[in-house]
Formats: sequence, structure tokens, C-alpha cells
Amino acid sequence: MKAPARSHPLWFAFVLHRVSGLGLALFLPAHFWLLSQALSNPARLDGFLAFAEMPLVKLAEFGLVFLLAVHMFGGLRLLALEFLPWSDRQKTLAAGAVGVAFLISTTFFLKAI
Amino acid sequence: MTAAQETLDVTVHRGTTRGARYDRFEVPAHESQTVLDVVSWIQQFADPTLSYRFACRVGMCGSCAMMVNGTPRWTCRTHIKKVAPDGKLLIEPLRNLPVIKDLAADMDPFFDKWTAAEAQHHPSQTRHDPIEAIDPTDATRAEADLGVECINCAICYAACDTVAGNPDYLGPAALQRAWTLLNDSRDDGRQSILDAVSGTGGCHNCHSMGSCAQYCPNELNPMRAIAGLKRETAKSFFKGKRNA
Repeated sequence: MKAPARSHPLWFAFVLHRVSGLGLALFLPAHFWLLSQALSNPARLDGFLAFAEMPLVKLAEFGLVFLLAVHMFGGLRLLALEFLPWSDRQKTLAAGAVGVAFLISTTFFLKAI
Repeated sequence: MTAAQETLDVTVHRGTTRGARYDRFEVPAHESQTVLDVVSWIQQFADPTLSYRFACRVGMCGSCAMMVNGTPRWTCRTHIKKVAPDGKLLIEPLRNLPVIKDLAADMDPFFDKWTAAEAQHHPSQTRHDPIEAIDPTDATRAEADLGVECINCAICYAACDTVAGNPDYLGPAALQRAWTLLNDSRDDGRQSILDAVSGTGGCHNCHSMGSCAQYCPNELNPMRAIAGLKRETAKSFFKGKRNA
């Protein structure tokens, strides 16, 4: 049986929170492994840092910062929803979380290029 | 209605959970026609073996909810013009529930969970006590009032993806009723309600997707009620720790 239409803002906010969380869970082990190379294999780290200067990698970093920011502000929204007195502005808050995350990641990108 | 839409092309779920098929019917289109009108026409003029459920026809009893083109709706108050402007309809029984036959979903799991959530009145007084005055402007009473228009139609239950993924989850309707009673000064079951809604399948399973509030035909907000339960159960948990 077909599931109901999910095209409403809070369902998208749920999916975005899940997908960003999964993305970060995949990224963080790689991130820590790379940091560990500073101690165990500095040449490999330098090689990667040179690779990270490529524009396409910068663009990927923009995506990464967006995921981080949207997961943080989305998470703050959920904490507020569950622990603060109820607010009817959930759709506005979810949209705000995406907006702030976009602002932060774009600023990061513009500084990086 | 334009000439092209003198008939509706209606596909209807037949059979049970164990075996289902889809039948197609051509139904004459009318002005101000509801989905329930269409289902009734099929049963009266095309196939008398079609099973479905309805009672009041005015959006009060909550018995006629079905999936209409994939969306849970109260069929008696749903106009064809609004949900199927092209004249094509897919009508199925409510999602997330077993099917008795055709369009009649088995509501037992829904009401069993209503009971499991302690969503029944726990009297604090007897008939011999004087009638307690209730202040309608009291903030707690106002919070309880928000949920009392629930008609148990199970549309929120059918809309909820958490129910679909977790058969133990009590669901939006039962939890909203528990929240209403928790805020009702005449109810004496505070601790049993908090215990019931904080266990396996309780309010903390909710992912706040908001489909319950999106599709509730009475425009109630079970997500708000569940957030309230999450707050109260968390408070009670930390208080319990301190007392221990």
C-alpha cells in the first residue's frame, strides 16, 4: 500500500536530520584517521592537504559544513520542541535551521576559495 | 463538471491482508460528491459484496476513514473535486492496520494501544461527591481542551511513519488522549499514565515528523501532545532519580 504524501516541511526536516547525521557518522572516522596521520605519517597528511586545495574538494567541504550546521541547528530545534514549552512555529524554526546552516556554510565556502 | 468527467475512474482495494486485488469501477460523477458517496454508489449499484464502514456521514463518528489516492482521509467530508480533479480515485483501507475485508480496516490494534497508553479516565471522585468546578481559563485545562475533539478515526495512526516502522509504538491518537487526561484535573491516573507512555513503544519513539498534525481532519496536533508527554516523563524521571 502506498504511504501518504510526505511532502510537508517537518517530514523534510526529519529526513534532512537523519541524512545529515548519517553523513557525519561516515565522515567523522575518516576525519579522525586523517588527523592521526599528523603523528604517524606527516607526509601522507601533507599530500592530502594539497589535494584538499582543489576546488571540487572545497565544494565538498561546503557540503560538509552545511551538514554539520543543519544537524546542529536541527538538533537544537528538536531539543527545544521536546524540552521547552510548545511553540506552534515548528515549520518556521525548521526553515530557520536550514537558512542559518546555509548562511554559515556559504560564508565558509566564500572564505575558503 | 466537464463532459470528460461525467464518470469517475475508481480503483478499489478488495480482499484482506492475506490476499488482495484491485477492482475498477466507473461511477457517475455529481456535484458536491464525497468519497463516501462514491464508495456507497459502488456498493449499492455495482457490487453489493463491497465491505466498508461508516455511520454518521457528518465527520463526527470517525468510522469512515480510508486511504484516498494514498492519503488518509475522512471520506464523508472529502469532496471528489478537491482530491481527484482528474476523476481518478484509488481507495484503500487505512494504512498500518490489518484489513478485515475490502475497505474495512481492523481497528483492534488501534484501540488496544489506546488502552495500553492508559488513555482511559481514572476517577478521582465518586458520584456522591459534589461536582467539581472546572475553570475553563486555567492553562492546564486549556491544554487538555486542545485534544478533546479527537474522533478516533485513526487517520493520524495511518499517516505515521513511526507506527509503520515500529509495531509496538502506541501512536499519535492514544498518546494525545493520554496527554489530555494528564492535563485533566478530574483524572487521578498521573503516575500510571506516565509509566504507560514512557515504556517500550511510548512517546519517546516519536520522531516529530508531524504527519499526524498534517493529516488530522479536525486539525488537532498530536505532535504537540507527544512533545508534552516527553517533557513530563523526562521531568518525572529526573525527579525520581533525586528522590531515590
